Amino acid sequence: MSRTRTERLVNLVICLLSTRRFLTAAQIAATVPGYEHDPDDPRDHEAFQRKFERDKAELRELGVPLETGTASAFDAEPGYRIAHREYALPEIPLEPDEAAAVGIAARLWRHAGLAAAASSGLAKLRAAGVDVDPQATLGMEPVVTVDPAFGPLTAAARDRRTVGFDYRVPDGDAPTSRRLQPWGVVCWRARWYVVGHDLDRDAPRCFRLSRIVGGAVRTIGKPGAFEPPVGVDLISHVAKWSGPVERSGRATVLVAPGRAAGLRRWAREATSGPDGDRLVLPYGDAESLASRLVGYGPDVRVLEPPEIRDAVIQRLKEITARHDEMATARASG
Amino acid sequence: MTRPAQRSGGTARTSADRLARLLNLVPYLLARPGIEVSEAATDLGVTERQLREDLELLWVCGLPGYGPGDLIDMAFDGDRVTITYDAGIDRPLRLTPDEALALVVALRMLAETPGMANRDAIERALAKIENAAGELADAPVAVRMPGDSDRVAALHGAVQRGRALRITYYAATRDETTERTVDPIRVLMVGGLAYLEAWCRRAESMRLFRADRIDALVELDEPAAAPPQARLHDLSAGIFRPDQDLPLVTLRVGRSSRWITEYYPCERVEPDPGTGDADGAGREWLVSLRVTDLGWARRFVLGLGPDVTVVAPAELADQVRERAAAALDAYATLPPDGAPEPGAARSGVELAQGADPATTAGSH
Repeated sequence: MSRTRTERLVNLVICLLSTRRFLTAAQIAATVPGYEHDPDDPRDHEAFQRKFERDKAELRELGVPLETGTASAFDAEPGYRIAHREYALPEIPLEPDEAAAVGIAARLWRHAGLAAAASSGLAKLRAAGVDVDPQATLGMEPVVTVDPAFGPLTAAARDRRTVGFDYRVPDGDAPTSRRLQPWGVVCWRARWYVVGHDLDRDAPRCFRLSRIVGGAVRTIGKPGAFEPPVGVDLISHVAKWSGPVERSGRATVLVAPGRAAGLRRWAREATSGPDGDRLVLPYGDAESLASRLVGYGPDVRVLEPPEIRDAVIQRLKEITARHDEMATARASG
Repeated sequence: MTRPAQRSGGTARTSADRLARLLNLVPYLLARPGIEVSEAATDLGVTERQLREDLELLWVCGLPGYGPGDLIDMAFDGDRVTITYDAGIDRPLRLTPDEALALVVALRMLAETPGMANRDAIERALAKIENAAGELADAPVAVRMPGDSDRVAALHGAVQRGRALRITYYAATRDETTERTVDPIRVLMVGGLAYLEAWCRRAESMRLFRADRIDALVELDEPAAAPPQARLHDLSAGIFRPDQDLPLVTLRVGRSSRWITEYYPCERVEPDPGTGDADGAGREWLVSLRVTDLGWARRFVLGLGPDVTVVAPAELADQVRERAAAALDAYATLPPDGAPEPGAARSGVELAQGADPATTAGSH
């Protein structure tokens, strides 16, 4: 955009803010510098119209609330104006500690998708008279990252538009095509999910954003196509199956002296004996404890319960067999 | 010769940015009468020259009529500037949906951060921003970051008091617990986990310590004094940036262990052409990742179980096989009931609790 175009657009904004009456394109052309043309020359007039369309699009892109209407019931031609009340950011009386928090919050996006939006939003707050100390720190900061599907999905949830995407779960072979009425997006334990009504399953479902193939989300149909359930608790739909595991089981293991530090730190009891240290470990799921214990190889042996002991031995046998096969194949091939 | 970077395609964007900047500039200066041009430029993140060009442009803009009383006017007093006529752009433009979303979600993240000390200010700010953004603030985004608030708050307190710390730390890579003295710099939340970034006097380098692996913590009387060469970690690519010098491990992974590709940064993931049926269904995957330590890789692979075999390096494959075989031998010599001998001491020693056994492997 050239300097003259920028100048023209600033003047257009000022002109439309200052008018109560809707101004037609012709009236604007006669007023705002930069739109001078001969309306009787079709080519010149067409060039003006194109220019004016581009400028309107530019302002709308920026978020300028351009109103259209007619000055009176007798006018056929549409006119334009900007209502100051719609244009202006309302007063935000932020205390210094609140302003600092906003400044820090805006910086959270520095590694992620909304960085530009955060800094232009912050620029508007400064313009509204809020002083934001760029050096302020809380001594503690979350580092925020989002998946590419975040933008389109939040927009679709806001507009209540149905979306479609290809979804790939690691234990499936091919992506499946899904259609969803998105209620909202959830960040749970630093992973992003979208929650909504799955049109194919006809049930509430949540999807992990990182599994949406290419981050590609297409909108289907018109805005306002659905209403999320009243008072829906988005988090509960995600956290339901990711909740903490109850560890009421107890296993006793024998650990070689000085080894398996990772087990020692979550043992409920430890006793030293001549053949090593006995640890009592809390567990929830037998299989996941078994897999963890197998990691320590001969440094850890399970004494009880038998189900864990047997699971560990079974795993060790299979691992040995598979790696023996590999070694044989490598030696012969 | 220097070439202007990011010119192509960026021009339209930067000029749209300029329009946004100009519309902001009048109310910004209006709120700060007599501000120094250099101070305003720094604050707005533009050069002084750019700011003066913006002011010159605004000076010829104004209300229809465009006479002396209609144009935006400003008074200069040395290096200070005051807007004397704003031509009606006395307020910044309202927030766009994306701007409202960015600020509201980030504030929710801050408020949700475990152990955050200024939660009250954050929540007040959030309420005010939501109020100003109107219906836009109704961001369809919910945030929850569970964590050990007390531990994070203790670390954060140490950072704020500027004291050195003596920590007992479990290093998962080497599976060992060590004592070290560190000079704390800041506390971070990355990927849902809290980290203490500190200068480690033992390693003589900057380290990120996972809060849930700090088993004990003593605040020392001496001040934290990280040496001048201490540099903060660059987190733009995540917490673990695999170094090309690290050993590359390739695994053949069955369906039930494919989840590892979502939890560990992998360099390559591809279906193994030699497995599965003719259509490729049920294929195993070849997964390559960099590891800092082969000992860790050995525990990792053994822990994953029979669904995973080591393709390379051969050294790791041999170690995995030997360790598994040695463990089986050990079971063969252990009495099957496994009951502790009658004479063994029963005075249990309570150890650190609350550490999550499922955080390194198997948690999905």
